[in-house]
Amino acid sequence: MSRIEACFQALKAQGKKALIPYVTAGDPHPSITVPLMHQMVEAGASIIELGVPFSDPMADGPTIQLAHERSLVHNTSLTDILAMVQTFRQTNQTTPVVLMGYLNPIEIMGYEAFAQAAQAAGVDGVLTVDLPPEEGKEVLPLFKAHGLDPIFLVAPTTPAHRMQAIAEAASGFVYYVSLKGVTGANTLDTAEVAARLAKMREYTDLPLGVGFGIKDAATAAAVGQVADAVVVGSALIKQVEATPEDHTTIIKNISGLLASMRSALDA
Amino acid sequence: MKFSEFNWNALPDATGHFGAYGGRFIAETLMEPIYQLEQAYSSLKADPAFQAEFDRDLKHYVGRPSPLYFAERLTRELGGAKIFLKREDLNHTGAHKINNTIGQAILAKHMGKTRIIAETGAGQHGVASATIAARLGLECVVYMGAEDVKRQAPNVFRMKLLGATVVPVHSGSKTLKDALNEAMRDWVTNVDNTFYIIGTVAGPHPYPAMVRDFQSVIGREARQQILEQDGRLPDALVACVGGGSNAIGLFHPFLADESVAIYGVEAAGSGISTGKHAAPLTAGKSGVLHGNRTYLMEDDNGQIIETHSISAGLDYPGVGPEHSWLKDLGRAQYVAVTDAQAMEGFHTLTRKEGIIPALESSHAMAYVMELAPKMAKDQSIIMCLSGRGDKDINTIARLEGITL
Repeated sequence: MSRIEACFQALKAQGKKALIPYVTAGDPHPSITVPLMHQMVEAGASIIELGVPFSDPMADGPTIQLAHERSLVHNTSLTDILAMVQTFRQTNQTTPVVLMGYLNPIEIMGYEAFAQAAQAAGVDGVLTVDLPPEEGKEVLPLFKAHGLDPIFLVAPTTPAHRMQAIAEAASGFVYYVSLKGVTGANTLDTAEVAARLAKMREYTDLPLGVGFGIKDAATAAAVGQVADAVVVGSALIKQVEATPEDHTTIIKNISGLLASMRSALDA
Repeated sequence: MKFSEFNWNALPDATGHFGAYGGRFIAETLMEPIYQLEQAYSSLKADPAFQAEFDRDLKHYVGRPSPLYFAERLTRELGGAKIFLKREDLNHTGAHKINNTIGQAILAKHMGKTRIIAETGAGQHGVASATIAARLGLECVVYMGAEDVKRQAPNVFRMKLLGATVVPVHSGSKTLKDALNEAMRDWVTNVDNTFYIIGTVAGPHPYPAMVRDFQSVIGREARQQILEQDGRLPDALVACVGGGSNAIGLFHPFLADESVAIYGVEAAGSGISTGKHAAPLTAGKSGVLHGNRTYLMEDDNGQIIETHSISAGLDYPGVGPEHSWLKDLGRAQYVAVTDAQAMEGFHTLTRKEGIIPALESSHAMAYVMELAPKMAKDQSIIMCLSGRGDKDINTIARLEGITL
């Protein structure tokens, strides 16, 4: 059983929802990432989504774009990020790690080389924002062959026939984008999200996560009512933005925010 | 492969690929809108009423056909092949960009969209989009790198006069690629009422094919005109390549004519060896950006690197996927000329023919100056003079230390 599957099973047995924080690897400095990952687990993170910075993050809003830029100041590469995961795995063998980013860094490393290296480092899933299932005929089988779950987004614009195609290509979990727009955008309508998740449910038994627009404990709890997993990104990155020089405060504030979401989800 | 026997209209294939290039590498939110666009375009493309509307606008609003002008004095000076200029600079708004914006705007109207967005580098595509938006009564927002807003001030003012909102983009390198990122973000957010008019033959399928189809009027006219004027096909075609829309427009109708050599001219900036250039076909490698697989300027980690060119319209790290395919196929050759060579091309055409070319087109001119003397006097070259240079006079004055 994959780490992601085991994670969701264990949560289900406890009647809990998954809390999935997103941080950009290497933001604001590569040295913070591994300690931050451990602290996020302490604070109640179930799965960690680690952003792979890209120079042109077209599907992300300004908050995450700036995080990518802060990371790229240090030339944080995909190879560096795999090394971070490997270090994290030395003391944590259970928390799944999903890499989230754009196709080009993977394409340049080479699909086979990446899949091997990611598996060896202890990566569990890969979410490639600009790789729809249609373009994945070469790379997706390689991910699966190396135990990497391909995670896909489902959007408010996704029609039923695409939901089905995505369900067939996906494993691990499916990530529902609750808003049209980029990451970090505004408010979300829980009733609308619930209706869309119910539709997706017709096509898959995989856990359904929801992201985009989750800012605090209250929105996390609201989404937790209807989804299996709650993904939070920009709200955490704003903590990095607030004190980019002070790593201790970043870790403290991100952990604090996550812990408040965790208790709201568990209440 | 025998170029004369190949069906050049068979590509892109049904999934939008030119061999390994092209495709649809976009976020899920945009996938369904892209399919809707593809469907709307393919049904409209087959509709004679749409073609008639497009042709009518090209004739009466743009002023087509644009002349094919025999540059006699320049030909004499260079002492080789006859040089014919396809005068896209004489189009309404002063560049080839309007051909495409008219086609896409008619499509937007048919799809019931009330708002159009565009990215722009030199500002020509922004002006062309703002122009057609004004005419059709559509809201228009143009994204432009903050750096380009500075160096193309006259075009920024033109867009504002036309009623468009110009949004300066401060992220990344503050040039065309960042404007494209920002336009994509707008589209993802406002996809219900918004049509994104991409200005070049790049982006997710169907854009590279659709923009090519709209721009191919350049080559179709040129082919007919040269046969009328010179009685034979040209020996060479030359066009500048940023994203590559004027180049594809000229090249495409000649692809099956084996005897016609095809040259795309990229921006070598300060020189290819300095690394400060915008020549992905000459010095880059394949990757995925802005919705398609194509040649890119990128580092070993797959990050897009900053480009440099004197010409804002060529200052882009990617290129249309069909060009990547034509390069690998060997059907077109891609070369690069420096900022300094382009300046020489600019002054030469201005002084010898009384035509002030855009800095983008000046790159094509610079290569013609290299190529023509090596060819025989009974041979001919068609160069796409993609735009006029009025927008660049501030840049040129600054580079030459002149205060206007």
